[in-house]
Amino acid sequence: MTDPSVNPDTSTPRRAIDVVNASLKRRYAKERRFRLLGATAVGLGLVFVLLLFADIVGKGYTAFQQTYYRLPVTLSADLVDPEGTRDPRTLARADYMTPIRQSLRQLFPEVKDRRERRQLNSIVSVGAPQLIAEAVIANPDLIGTTSDFWILADDDIDMLVKGYIDRNAPESDRRVDDRVIGWIDRLEDEGRVAKRFNTIFFTHGTSREPELAGIAGALMGSFYTLVLALALSFPIGVGAAIYLEEFAPRNRWTDLIEVNINNLAAVPSIVFGLLGLAVFIGFFGVPRSTPLVAALVLTLMTLPTIIISSRAALKSVPPSIREAALGVGASPLQTQFHHVLPLAMPGMLTGTILGMAQALGETAPLLMIGMIAFIVDVPGGFTDPATVLPVQIFLWADSPERGFVERTSAAIMVLLAFLFLMNLAAVLLRRRFERRW
Amino acid sequence: MNTMAEAIDKTTGAMSASELAGGIHSRATVGDFTVADPRMSCRDVDVWYGSKQAIKGVSLDIAQNEVLSMIGPSGCGKSTFLRCLNRMNDTIDGCRVTGSIRLDGQDIYDRSLDPVPLRARVGMVFQKPNPFPKSIYENVAYGPRIHGLTNNRTELDALVESSLRKAGLWEEVKDRLDQPGTGLSGGQQQRLCIARTIAVSPEVILMDEPCSALDPIATAIVEELIDELRANYSIAIVTHSMQQAARVSQRTAYFHLGDLIEVGETNDIFTNPRHKLTEDYITGRFG
Ligand SMILES: Nc1ncnc2c1ncn2[C@@H]1O[C@H](COP(=O)(O)OP(=O)(O)OP(=O)(O)O)[C@@H](O)[C@H]1O
Ligand SMILES: [Mg+2]
Repeated sequence: MTDPSVNPDTSTPRRAIDVVNASLKRRYAKERRFRLLGATAVGLGLVFVLLLFADIVGKGYTAFQQTYYRLPVTLSADLVDPEGTRDPRTLARADYMTPIRQSLRQLFPEVKDRRERRQLNSIVSVGAPQLIAEAVIANPDLIGTTSDFWILADDDIDMLVKGYIDRNAPESDRRVDDRVIGWIDRLEDEGRVAKRFNTIFFTHGTSREPELAGIAGALMGSFYTLVLALALSFPIGVGAAIYLEEFAPRNRWTDLIEVNINNLAAVPSIVFGLLGLAVFIGFFGVPRSTPLVAALVLTLMTLPTIIISSRAALKSVPPSIREAALGVGASPLQTQFHHVLPLAMPGMLTGTILGMAQALGETAPLLMIGMIAFIVDVPGGFTDPATVLPVQIFLWADSPERGFVERTSAAIMVLLAFLFLMNLAAVLLRRRFERRW
Repeated sequence: MNTMAEAIDKTTGAMSASELAGGIHSRATVGDFTVADPRMSCRDVDVWYGSKQAIKGVSLDIAQNEVLSMIGPSGCGKSTFLRCLNRMNDTIDGCRVTGSIRLDGQDIYDRSLDPVPLRARVGMVFQKPNPFPKSIYENVAYGPRIHGLTNNRTELDALVESSLRKAGLWEEVKDRLDQPGTGLSGGQQQRLCIARTIAVSPEVILMDEPCSALDPIATAIVEELIDELRANYSIAIVTHSMQQAARVSQRTAYFHLGDLIEVGETNDIFTNPRHKLTEDYITGRFG
C-alpha cells in the first residue's frame, strides 16, 4: 500500500479503481445468480404448463373423434312418410330407429334371442335416429331408398373402439361383454366401423348420453355472458376509475370508497354469487340460469379489478401531459379524453382482459345463480337458460361415464382456446392503442 | 382602499436600500411593483404547498406590452408564482393560493371564473418541455382546434406553419409534421411547446425558463419572438440567465425564498440594485 502523502496524485485514483474492480466480481456473480434463479423459475413454470397441456390434450384429443357404423338403412315410405306429404315436421317425428334395427338384424341374422336382440340394438346410440332425421329432412329423396348411413355408436362401444376398455379384464368387470365385442370385431372386419370427426361435440348442447353431449350450449352461454359482462364492466369500471382518479375530491369519503374497492377485489367470488342470488334474482326478479344474471354477477366481481388497474394506468400517465393540455385551454374532460385516456388505454385494456379471463373461468358464483341447471338447448340470447364452460366442465367431470372423461378434457381445451383468443385480442388491441412516442 | 395600499407601497419603493431598516433581513419588496395600466395585478399572494409556504405576500403588476422577467435562486418560487397566474396550481393537490390576482381587473380566483378560457387567454410554456405524445402537427393544431380558432384545414395548416415559424422550428420539422413530437430533441421540444402556446394567441404568455435547453442560435430566435410578441401581448418570463433578462425584459423581479425582494426597471436592477440580496445575486455572490 502506497502512502497517500508521498504521492497522492497517482495513488488515490488507482486504489479507488482497485476497490471497484474487486467488488465488480462480486457484483457480477450476484447478477449471474439472480439471472439463473429467474431462468429456473421460468423454466419450472414452463415445465408445469407443458405437463398440464400434455395431460389435458392426452386425455381429451380422442373426444374430437366419434365412432360410427356404416350401415345400409332402408327408409321405407310407409314408416317415414306414410302420407307422402314430405312435411318436415312429419319427417322429424318419424320412427328411424326401426330401420336401423332392421339393418342390424340383416347384418346379424343369427341373433334370435330377445335379450340378445336388445343387446344388439343397444350398440347404436339413442341419438342415431336424430341424425338420420336431419339427413332426410335435408334430402327427402332418400325416402324409399336403401343407402349407407353413418350411424352413431353408443358411448360404451366408442370407448371400446378407442381402446379405453381392457378386453383382458374379466367379463363381469367390463361395460361391454364378450358377445358384443365379437359383433363389433365382425363389423370392424367388414370395414363398417370408423372414427369420424365429432361434429356433435361442437353443435349440440349437453346430454345425459356422452356421445350426444356437446359444448355448443356452454360455449354460447359463456359467449353471451362475457359479451354482456364486458359491455357493462368496461364502461362502468373505466368511468369510475377516471372519476375517482381525476375528478373526485380527496376526502374521507373517497378514501373510504378506495379502501372498499380494494377490499372488494379480495372478496371470495362465491359471495358475489350469493349477492346476485339475493339482489338480482330475489329482489329484481332477473330470470335465473341466464347469461343476463351471470353477466351482472360477473360484472360486480370484475369491477374492482378493472377499476384498480384502470386507476393504476391513469396514475402512470405523466402529469406534464395533463398540464400541457390544460395549459392550452382544454377542459378537464377534454384533457382526459384527448390525452390521458389514449395513454392509459393499454393498461386499462390489460386490466379488463384479465378481469374477463377471470370471469370466463369463474364457476363458484355461477353455481349460486342456477347456471348449474341441466340445460340441453343451445341458448339463443341473453335471457335463455344457459350454462357456461367452466360449469359444464365441472358437471362433466362429475359424471361417472367414461365418455365424459375425454369430453371434460376436450371442454377444457376449448376453454383454454377461448382464453388464448381473448389474450390474443388483448395483445392486438394493446398494440393498436400503444404509441411508443 | 386600493389607492391607499398603493400609496403606502410607493413610499416603500421610494426608499433606497441604505434607508431600509434591517438591510438584508428585510423582506419587504424594494421598488415599485405597480404599473400605470396593469394587465395583470397580484396583491399579497401567498401560496402554500400543504403547510409549506412557497410564496409569501407577493404583490406584482404586469403591464400591457411589456416583458417582465423573474429571476432568483433555484427553489425560490418563480415557477410557483408563474403558475398562479393561469391557475395551473389548481391541478396540484394541497396547493393553496390566497390574495388577489386580477386579469384586466377581474379576479381570476373568483369562484365564478372558469379557468378553462382563462388558460386560453393566459398561455404557458412549462419549465420542462411537455409535448403531447402526438404528431408535431397535432401538437400545434390541438389548441386552435378545440377553441375553434380556424374554419378549415387550410387556415389551420397556415396557423400551424406560422406558429412553428415564429418558434424557429419550421425549417427543422416541415418535412416531418406527422412524426411524433416526443421524437424531437429537448430544445426542439421546447420550441414546439412555444409554438403550441402561441398558436392559440393568448393575451398574456407565461414562460418558465423557455431557453434553458436551447443553444445560442435557438435562444436568439426565441428572444426575437418574445420581442415581437411584446407588441401585442404581455409576457412574464422566468430565466436563470441574467443576460437574457437584460436583453428581453423591460422590468425585472427578483425572488428570494418565496419573497419578492426587488422589482424595477431592468436597467436599474442590473446597474443599480438597491437590496443587498439582489446585488449579491446579480453580482454572482449568491445562488
Ligand atoms: N408540487 C409541489 N409540492 C410541494 N412543494 C413544491 C411543489 N412544487 C414546488 N414546491 C416547492 O416550492 C418551492 C418553490 O418551487 P418552484 O418550483 O416555484 O421554484 P423555482 O423558483 O421555479 O425553482 P427553479 O429555478 O429551480 O425552477 C420549492 O421549495 C419547492 O420545493
Ligand atoms: Mg422553476
